[in-house]
Amino acid sequence: MSDLVNVTIDGVQISVPKGTPIIEAAKQAGVLVPHYCYHPSLPSPAVCRMCLVEVEKAPKLVPACVTTVADGNVIHVNNDKSKRARESVLEFLLINHPLDCPICDQAGECELQDYTFQEGRAGTRYGDYAKRYNPVEDFGPDVLYVANRCILCTRCVRFMDNVAGDAVLNVSERGDRAFIGIDPDHKLDHPWAGNVVDLCPVGSLISKDFLHKARAWDLDKTASVCTGCTQGCNTMIDTRDDVVVRLRPRPNLDVNRHFICDEGRSDYRWMNRGDRIEAPLVREGGKLTPTDWTQALDRLGAAVKAARRVVILASGRASTESLGFVRRMVDGASVTAAIKVPLGAEAPLAGVPNLALRKERVPNLAGASLAGYGTDWSAALAAAKGADLVVVLDADLDDADVAALSGAAAVAVIGTVDDDRLAGSALILPATNMAEENGTYVNRDHRVQRYFQAKPAPGMARPAWWIAAEATHAARGLAAPATAADAFAALGAMIPALAGLTYSDLGHTGRVVTPNAAGAAR
Amino acid sequence: MGYPHPPHPKETVVLSKYFGDAEARTFDGWVKRGGYEALKKALGMTPDAIIEELKASGLRGRGGAGFPTGLKWSFMPKNDGKPHYLVCNADESEPGTFKDREIMRWTPHQLIEGCAIGAYAIGAETCYIYIRGEFTEPWKVMTAAVAEAYAKGALGGNVFGSGKRIDIVLHRGAGAYICGEETAMMNSIEGKRGNPRIKPPFPAQAGLFGMPTTINNVETLSSTSHILTRGAAWYKGLCLSNPKSTGTKLFSVCGHVMRPGNYELTMGFPMKDLIHDLAGGMRPGRRLKAVIPGGSSVPIMTAAEAEAALCDYEGIVEKGSMLGSAGFIVMDDSTDMVYEIWRLAKFYAHESCAQCTQCREGTAWTTKILERILRGQGKKEDLDLLLDLSDQMTGRTICVLSDSCAAPIVSGIKKFPEEFEAYLSRAKAPALAAV
Ligand SMILES: Cc1cc2nc3c(=O)[nH]c(=O)nc-3n(C[C@H](O)[C@H](O)[C@H](O)COP(=O)(O)O)c2cc1C
Ligand code: SF4
Ligand code: SF4
Ligand code: FES
Repeated sequence: MSDLVNVTIDGVQISVPKGTPIIEAAKQAGVLVPHYCYHPSLPSPAVCRMCLVEVEKAPKLVPACVTTVADGNVIHVNNDKSKRARESVLEFLLINHPLDCPICDQAGECELQDYTFQEGRAGTRYGDYAKRYNPVEDFGPDVLYVANRCILCTRCVRFMDNVAGDAVLNVSERGDRAFIGIDPDHKLDHPWAGNVVDLCPVGSLISKDFLHKARAWDLDKTASVCTGCTQGCNTMIDTRDDVVVRLRPRPNLDVNRHFICDEGRSDYRWMNRGDRIEAPLVREGGKLTPTDWTQALDRLGAAVKAARRVVILASGRASTESLGFVRRMVDGASVTAAIKVPLGAEAPLAGVPNLALRKERVPNLAGASLAGYGTDWSAALAAAKGADLVVVLDADLDDADVAALSGAAAVAVIGTVDDDRLAGSALILPATNMAEENGTYVNRDHRVQRYFQAKPAPGMARPAWWIAAEATHAARGLAAPATAADAFAALGAMIPALAGLTYSDLGHTGRVVTPNAAGAAR
Repeated sequence: MGYPHPPHPKETVVLSKYFGDAEARTFDGWVKRGGYEALKKALGMTPDAIIEELKASGLRGRGGAGFPTGLKWSFMPKNDGKPHYLVCNADESEPGTFKDREIMRWTPHQLIEGCAIGAYAIGAETCYIYIRGEFTEPWKVMTAAVAEAYAKGALGGNVFGSGKRIDIVLHRGAGAYICGEETAMMNSIEGKRGNPRIKPPFPAQAGLFGMPTTINNVETLSSTSHILTRGAAWYKGLCLSNPKSTGTKLFSVCGHVMRPGNYELTMGFPMKDLIHDLAGGMRPGRRLKAVIPGGSSVPIMTAAEAEAALCDYEGIVEKGSMLGSAGFIVMDDSTDMVYEIWRLAKFYAHESCAQCTQCREGTAWTTKILERILRGQGKKEDLDLLLDLSDQMTGRTICVLSDSCAAPIVSGIKKFPEEFEAYLSRAKAPALAAV
């Protein structure tokens, strides 16, 4: 094992591959080296000098972010010498900092605040000099630059240069007059530019969309997956009092590294819609009437049992679980099932291989295809004419789609948003949206990824897989899963590619499966 | 010679022999004075033989750090199939230093010849000469000389019929001191912001445009032709003290002396004689107070230290400072040390490239504290604070600009504490207007 070196970091002995930077080796030893300019998805310029650590026998403190481990290194991250150096960097960073934490969006998730609390000086020695002042700059569609808070770590500049390949940001001026400048002929409007807000370790680059919306410590965070396209970037849904207020990237080195695109980032308002279907509605004497789940499920069961020709019009945002169970519900009939796939321009992130905002703007195209759904929407609409039953699974219908429904004998809606145009349906059943349920999506590379419930469902809404499974139970006596985990485990029987997989196999970063002919042909 | 003064008998004129001699600027004039013989000789030698000759001569870098030149050249990879580059550092922005300027003004072909020798020895076909932006006259002289050298076959695709290609590209700086730091210079030549790079990788592995690169000072490269024509043994013999410091060196002397200028001395020459004899000593009625011998980036020497020091790399270290670029800033007893130190700190604060936290914020903060002291508003804890900040600014950053700012402050407070005390105790009237 000559490729491994043995090092001791704060007394912990570990073996790491040759060439590992000290900062990453320390992570593996369970030691955090405080840092600002270093970011695992960016080149390291070693400018902030926050990560200086003592390596025994080295003449000077070394920057842990760019110094690689050597066999036998004894490294001290938390001894007096290293701490004193960090304390000093913090002091230097703070002399020109406005300390406007009470009105700063970053407060509570600010690395300057955190490290200062952890190991900075209690008071200032700067005295009564004026601090550096630069006005707030509007950098682009969603980004403001609050220069006074900037610590010049250059993460934003490097992201735009080295990752986005759109070098619109720069360091302007020298000495303590330096600030981040923007090319006067350009805006920070690259389709992935919003990542600079997450990368900024302080509150210098902030999102206009999130401006003064919530304090970081009031947010609840839920692991999720972006619904914007087939890439399946991992996200974090931030909620405040059960309202989604922000989406941020969640690291997944195999899918999106540390990034999400601006379109995905801003695509959350629908999760908070208030105009929701809240109770099951069944047609009673020609009128839609609220009822309980028992009666509603019996009605749905009876409808599918009686139907010979069925069409499913589904949303590509539906979970694999829901798509699978809704499809199983109509087993035995002649079925045309399709999802609607809106298209848009592809927008790659140049510096990360295989990462792009994809043309197909739905998250679960691959999951739908595994579950037996096609993408020929007009064929499905044509099939609706003369069908015994059309099941609408939360699909986003335009007026032409709605008109096509009139050719069917009956329409059953499993949906989220109240839609007057569907008032002629036989059944309208309230479903959860993705932020209100646990589920999985399958991305374009057949990575099956979990998302978690971020907020409660309104009224009587239930996950669509539950509705379909219970109706199937009512119609055909098949056992219905009680939880999303059970539902996923049962999908293997419908989608061979998922056979044997459980939620715990997927972890937080998903699992790539091999789509086989059996799964796709169904 | 001590141009603009006639040479002093105690000088050893090698590099400066033709300073002030306008004919030496032309190609023919330079050839008439024995020029380009060294280059022709070099082209008949193997690169290794040249490097060995330089190693034997003991020549060390004249840009500040004093790194052995032959050894530096030997770090360049051999037969790696990549383009190599030589960069000549003619950015000379170190306060108090003006020797490279005179080399370029009067003996441009001396530098061109040295560059060509260096390029050949390290396997480079291209040499960039990075000339300080403010050097308008040297720029003109160098531009004309390079054109002439091409016309006469000393540069270009077939140097003196050897079949070797050597090109020289003149690159004009835009007025940033930091671009004199070698890795910042490479960025600047590449068209990027002149920020120093982290090492490793070292320039010999990945330098200009990512290719193996050697960077040398104007004076270093200019010395090579003389070593090749007169021999390493001759050069090594030019030594009055420590055998690790050989050859002649141009000393720029400025400040409170009667005859400021460049003086070319054999290494190991007594500093006392340089200041009091060659440079003409103090003005009448004035006494020597302090010397900063290495440009402004080294510790300040007291009069006693300076007068006891020998002018070479080791001799000045022994007396508490460093040779640096050998730009001597001489100060007599009329000097307000606090004011001078403030002025230097202000220079570094202005020139910091702003990458490293300690340097960006530390140089500016330090300047503000010194300013406050000069305004008569200093606090008694200010000296400890200055020393503490300097401590944190030393050995912590990508390049040594930060350390350079700290050096005069630490030595100044240590060696001239009473001058600081005078301001702090309000015994002395403020030197700057209070705000
Ligand atoms: C801030 C800074 C400024 C420098 N400025 C110069 C300069 O103006 N001229 C120079 O020759 N070297 C300068 N140097 C030194 C160069 O980095 C480098 O060491 C030198 O050019 C190497 O040449 P030499 O080996 O021939 O001395 C500077 C170094 C630093 C850190
Ligand atoms: S704006 Fe933020 S990311 Fe950019 S340099 Fe300043 S602190 Fe760093
Ligand atoms: S020490 Fe100063 S000048 Fe040198 S790289 Fe750092 S910030 Fe720039
Ligand atoms: S994190 Fe290492 S220098 Fe910034």
